[in-house]
Amino acid sequence: ELYHSLPFFCFLLGKCFKKGLKGKGFVLLVKLACTVVASFVLCWLPFFTEREQTLQVLRRLFPVDRGLFEDKVANIWCSFNVFLKIRDILPRHIQLIMSFCFTFLSLLPACIRLTLQPSSKGFRLTLVSCALSFFLFSFQVHEKSILLVSLPVCLVLSEIPFMSTWFLLVSTFSLLPLLLKDELLMPSVVTTMAFFIACVTSFSIFEKTSEEELQLKSFSISVRKYLPCFTFLSRMIQYLFLISVITMVLLTLMTVTLDPPQKLPDLFSVLVCFVSCLNFLFFLVYFNIIIMWDSKSGRNQKKIS
Amino acid sequence: MAAFTIAAGTGNWFSALALGVTLLKCLLIPTYHSTDFEVHRNWLAITHSLPISQWYYEATSEWTLDYPPFFAWFEYILSHVAKYFDQEMLNVRNLNYSSSRTLLFQRFSVIFMDVLFVYAVHECCKCIDGKKVGKELTEKPKFILSVLLLWNFGLLIVDHIHFQYNGFLFGLMLLSIARLFQKRHMEGAFFFAVLLHFKHIYLYVAPAYGVYLLRSYCFTANKPDGSIRWNSFSFVRVISLGLVVFLVSALSLGPFLALNQLPQVFSRLFPFKRGLCHAYWAPNFWALYNALDKVLSVIGLKLKFLDPNNIPKASMTSGLVQQFQHTVLPSVTPLTTLICTLIAILPSIFCLWFKPQGPRGFLRCLTLCALSSFMFGWHVHEKAILLAILPMSLLSVQKAGDASIFLILTTTGHYSLFPLLFTAPELPIKILLMLLFTIYSISSLKTLFRKEKPLFNWMETFYLLGLGPLEVCCEFVFPFTSWKVKYPFLPLLLTSVYCAVGITYAWFKLYVSVLIDPPVGKTKKQ
Repeated sequence: ELYHSLPFFCFLLGKCFKKGLKGKGFVLLVKLACTVVASFVLCWLPFFTEREQTLQVLRRLFPVDRGLFEDKVANIWCSFNVFLKIRDILPRHIQLIMSFCFTFLSLLPACIRLTLQPSSKGFRLTLVSCALSFFLFSFQVHEKSILLVSLPVCLVLSEIPFMSTWFLLVSTFSLLPLLLKDELLMPSVVTTMAFFIACVTSFSIFEKTSEEELQLKSFSISVRKYLPCFTFLSRMIQYLFLISVITMVLLTLMTVTLDPPQKLPDLFSVLVCFVSCLNFLFFLVYFNIIIMWDSKSGRNQKKIS
Repeated sequence: MAAFTIAAGTGNWFSALALGVTLLKCLLIPTYHSTDFEVHRNWLAITHSLPISQWYYEATSEWTLDYPPFFAWFEYILSHVAKYFDQEMLNVRNLNYSSSRTLLFQRFSVIFMDVLFVYAVHECCKCIDGKKVGKELTEKPKFILSVLLLWNFGLLIVDHIHFQYNGFLFGLMLLSIARLFQKRHMEGAFFFAVLLHFKHIYLYVAPAYGVYLLRSYCFTANKPDGSIRWNSFSFVRVISLGLVVFLVSALSLGPFLALNQLPQVFSRLFPFKRGLCHAYWAPNFWALYNALDKVLSVIGLKLKFLDPNNIPKASMTSGLVQQFQHTVLPSVTPLTTLICTLIAILPSIFCLWFKPQGPRGFLRCLTLCALSSFMFGWHVHEKAILLAILPMSLLSVQKAGDASIFLILTTTGHYSLFPLLFTAPELPIKILLMLLFTIYSISSLKTLFRKEKPLFNWMETFYLLGLGPLEVCCEFVFPFTSWKVKYPFLPLLLTSVYCAVGITYAWFKLYVSVLIDPPVGKTKKQ
């Protein structure tokens, strides 16, 4: 759950700042800090008896000895590994530091924005982008961790139906090698199609692809100040969606029907991870853009405190 | 992108319902299948590898071809697709062959043929013009009827788990009913004739068709008080109807007539050597008769009225399908059941002749014929209850009285199908799907008819609620008691008798409502 912890921290901190650090805000901050520290101590008390005990727990929780990634995961490092075998080239501690830095650098803008302007919508979007940053850049990520990103996306499903549905389709697709291993091809295809049909009929997602609906209006206005011809954002996104879906369907068919060549036995799982990773990068950029250009959130009518 | 939007069908509820149930059927592919799976694989093999003259003589497997010729031709066409999936399934000697590709092919063939059923439901919905209770989509009679037919629990588990091809056959029947509603009588007659040559069990409802077409189609007008006008008889129509039926039958039975195999075909289609009841008693009148017989024999033994040596040892509920004698009450022969069925059908036929009420009257007569044949037929299978349930769905969304009878019939009928799926993994599936369908049907019909008096009285509610404890007893409590070894058939007997009570009650109520209904007074030009 560390994936989601930073947005919680920034949101609550932002709330404290808003109330003013001299008065109520400070009281709130103290209360929050005490709650967090108390629950931590309560959980960890049995393991504080010896220093070695605590260190062992930490070693198990954060298995840095296992390496940057294991098997195939739709991660930046795994995709990068296709071109340049960084897992073997760089020493272990450099990998650790590199992934740490990349993760934090990618989620910093959104978190800072949330601290300065805490709002319900911003909070949920930051949950998505933080979890996605962790998933893409972190150490020893499992494919199933994409679910930690899918859950906050479901929370924004009603506000950005088109992109959320697209994301949820890609996240299921990225799990394809795992599902095939468990012989769950038919149920996963059927449930994906059922989910897609449910979204199309209940949210009418294909009608909500204008710039306004995609929350990209302020962004495109700012870009148009420098590039007056930047009017095709909506169409571009629709074409990308079509390409993405077609690629996913084709890859699924190929994985199921064809046998991989002898020299590259993992060809299809690597391709699946690579394509998913590209999609996830696009989503990371998109969610960060809407967080940063969400200019109306501070002056929103609904005050949620 | 606009084209995609239209294609995706924003808010087209019928497609969403049909697609949804098709996806559910795909999920049911790896579930338990019964011996009917092997039956159809065997028929694929017979029709593919043997010449026509051998089709009705082949007996390598115990599951011989016992459906009319059109079904055999259907299996023949399927076999030509099957050879691309797995060639081995088409070998007659490969008994009980069920590779994963065979399973996939057979299941997909059922799902694919259901397209005809979906089309028929679409046509039926066009014939319904129930009152508009509310503006909401889910309260429209068309929507409720679509769900009751497309997502019918009985059809789902019999076709897609137990494995049969009932979907498209019921599609043909519903299509012929829809055509009769739309006054396209020739097409209706044609579809029904074709259906008869696919599966001869639909002979049960043939009297309804015959009488209705004769009375309301061949006699083109009525007198002002609704009775028959003899001089409006139209020879043209009679001849054309007869021609249609004759041509269809010739197409079906012609090849076998030429090969002099008709007696053999008929002996395969109507096997009377089987017993009065199936291994699991269908919940009809004879189930109650058997139960009464057993009770009387037990009482007779206890009170020393009967000599224990005179009673046959084997019980009728052991898994065999041979002929047995009753101990106390008189034994039942096939002729007796035929006479009982005919007597049961006659009042509804008379109603259809003397008080014609158009297509709706025909539909009620059809349901009554199906239900009466279920009640008194020889060697009735419990799946035959679907023959009454599906047409009754059409009636249920139009009148409150019909709705309450329908709900009792459906809930009891569907529950009586439970013993078909006796394996442990299917237990949650069948219970949850049944609950889903029952709760939806009851709540939607109650909402549709909320302005009239309540659908159930206290007795009926009590009876329907009793199904829950019965299921708990039979599935969960009974296997752990000591009676399991001594009386292993007890849950089946209890289920059968309990459902028979409900179905008999529904049959009786429907009959009363048909007989009491006032005839339509105005002249009708057909």
